Amino acid sequence: MRFLHLIWGNLTRKKLRTALTLLTVLVAFVLFGFLSAIKQALVGGVELAGADRLIVRHKVSIIQLLPVAYQARMERIPGVAAAAHQTWFGGIYQDPRNFFMQCPVVPDQFMAMFPEFRLPSAQMQAWLATRTGAIVGRKTAERFHWKVGDRIPIMSPIWMRRTWEFDLVGIFDGRDKGTDTTGMFFRYDYFDEVRKTQNWGQGLVGWYTIRVKDPAQAADTARRVDEEFANSPAETKTEPEGAFVQAWANQVGNIALIVAGILGAVFFTILLVTGSTMSQAVRERIGELGVLKAIGFTNGQILGLVLAESCLLTVLGGGLGLGLAWLIIARGDPTGGLLPMFFLPGRDLLLGLGLSLALGLVTGILPARQATRLRVADALRRL
Amino acid sequence: MTGLLNWFSQIGSITKFGLMSIPQRRGAVSATVIGIAGVVLVLVGVLSIAAGFRRAMLASGSPDAAIVLRSGADTEMVSGFGRNETRLIADAPGVARNASGPLASAELFVIINLPKRSTHTDANVPLRGVEPAALVVRDNLRITEGRMFAWGRNEVVVGAGAAREFAGLEVGGTLKVGRESWPVVGVFTANGGVAESEIWTDARVLQAAYHRGDSFQAVYARLDSAAAFSQFKDALTSNPQLSVKVLRQSEHYAEQSEAITRLITTLGFLIAFLMAIGAVFGALNTMYSAVAVRTREIGTLRALGFGSGAVIAALMIESLLLALLGGAMGGVLAYLAFNNFHAATMNWQSFSQVTFAFAVTPQLLLQGVIWATMIGLIGGLLPAIRAARLPIAAALREY
Repeated sequence: MRFLHLIWGNLTRKKLRTALTLLTVLVAFVLFGFLSAIKQALVGGVELAGADRLIVRHKVSIIQLLPVAYQARMERIPGVAAAAHQTWFGGIYQDPRNFFMQCPVVPDQFMAMFPEFRLPSAQMQAWLATRTGAIVGRKTAERFHWKVGDRIPIMSPIWMRRTWEFDLVGIFDGRDKGTDTTGMFFRYDYFDEVRKTQNWGQGLVGWYTIRVKDPAQAADTARRVDEEFANSPAETKTEPEGAFVQAWANQVGNIALIVAGILGAVFFTILLVTGSTMSQAVRERIGELGVLKAIGFTNGQILGLVLAESCLLTVLGGGLGLGLAWLIIARGDPTGGLLPMFFLPGRDLLLGLGLSLALGLVTGILPARQATRLRVADALRRL
Repeated sequence: MTGLLNWFSQIGSITKFGLMSIPQRRGAVSATVIGIAGVVLVLVGVLSIAAGFRRAMLASGSPDAAIVLRSGADTEMVSGFGRNETRLIADAPGVARNASGPLASAELFVIINLPKRSTHTDANVPLRGVEPAALVVRDNLRITEGRMFAWGRNEVVVGAGAAREFAGLEVGGTLKVGRESWPVVGVFTANGGVAESEIWTDARVLQAAYHRGDSFQAVYARLDSAAAFSQFKDALTSNPQLSVKVLRQSEHYAEQSEAITRLITTLGFLIAFLMAIGAVFGALNTMYSAVAVRTREIGTLRALGFGSGAVIAALMIESLLLALLGGAMGGVLAYLAFNNFHAATMNWQSFSQVTFAFAVTPQLLLQGVIWATMIGLIGGLLPAIRAARLPIAAALREY
């Protein structure tokens, strides 16, 4: 700490160079924050998946429907605590670009299965009392400026090819920061009643979510569910919710790898730029370092001085960059709706700070070693 | 005239001096060059994903081919027709014919779960039922391995992309559809188009397997000519027995690729823009230090009568040359690393996988070079001006 003013003096000696290096590091960490948020938006669902939940879908593909009668049979299987179903509605609100998910569900079963959706109990009561009632997540409600009491027309090209009207009775929030609050849910009994009048698709649902009694037995329970429906016209495939979400993310592509690739290129570049600046800075002051040694600075102290300088530079730049990234990300999804859950996780913020310190150590170590290896006489001769 | 020549020769000699001094500052110079190469690599790399995806989609439709969907349907997934409707569509004016009848194929489109080879997790693979005309309705369809499936038999052929990405789709393998197993008898290519992501079988076989009765989802038709499209479209949309949406295949696929191309391009530009800002700072650093170590030399030149304009121009040229070198390196690296890199992603419109190859196109490389040039110009300008403004006496005293 005693030498802080010395380190600071060295950094401010060439203000322009320091500022430019600082900005380079800053930009790298803005990118780091931004890419972390993108990765989180695309694959973050895996971490939030319930460990005690399984997804049951048609074995051939998710677009094929399952009988609603499977619910009672599932609930009788040992190890299954509860089951709830959802069906892809695929509706369009005004324009196909305004994409968000809608599903008919059985309200009490659904809310019990997904405790991460928080709905005020008065609104839950209203939902149970309104056949055409629907609830929507905070994100989508804010996106379209909906409020409770609004009548929402949704055109479904899949179901009846008509415009369905729903009464918005509730707006739910997410329990966790990453909970997806873009979905809209309405009542299955209303949905099935309309299907019955058209005699099309009644009694069929998209997929089931099961809560298991003991997460340790999840694999066994999944096997039992699939055995229950084996050799029927609609065979099932059951897997943990996490694996299901992971498979979806994998369908988009190997995002983690792409993000790591880009960040690798960025950091390699920054490493070179900062490293070359640092070694230039040290080279310019060989004479001074010789003087410091001559008046009794140890090699350890010299090493510390140079490393502290480079670390101060990168941590400052990294911290500012992460802060800036946080500000940009707080303004929301840059793609206009394609990445619903766009935020910078605290974990990645810490990782970023750690990386900035590591960057400082790596870029400083070569010049620092050079400085300690100096012989006093040689260094002084350069004065 | 001699003034101008003199000016050019001044620029030439200062630039030569500058370039000859590069070995002495090779650390900073190579950091800048590699920095710019990094920007171009990432820019071209990310955008080549979007370009490849678009290329796969656009290779799929020629201007004289049309697709007919139920009105209000944006994709085949939510479209549907009965046999009488598909017959009316095939007989419409404008549809090309050969000896066996109209060149129109009524098709079914469903999705089947298959594990990806790379991750072993399930993916939605498109499974299409076609009629015999499908082979002439699409361009450049060729069986490259095995044979075509036999009509009426439970057999499939798979696109080359699907065969590469998804497990079990090689000739001799079997496709499990519900409780049935269908042998894979051939692999086909479609000029890199979207059909290469699909599995094909006879429409009637698929109707039976999926209990679809005699229904279809889309009609693909080859027209007499590209100009016959409006005649075809008008005939169908004015027919009171039909409620359809008629599109050129090229339009249909462009629509399908729009969302994902927009996503990748937006993100790609944002990332490259941020990186470019970083690279500009790097270039500024290098050029400022280039000026700093040559202060005396520049002072001497100025004292000898070299103009300040020539100093600026020479330093800008040096910065530009370094940037172009970096840009070229980045472009070549991007080409080697990404061109024709095979991948598969989700096409949200059809809810299924599209296989495609990254495409490093000449336009993208040009774009990379333009970005590198901009970085070089911005990075060189301020230091050059500083060098030109140095008071000669002070510069000579420096050391």
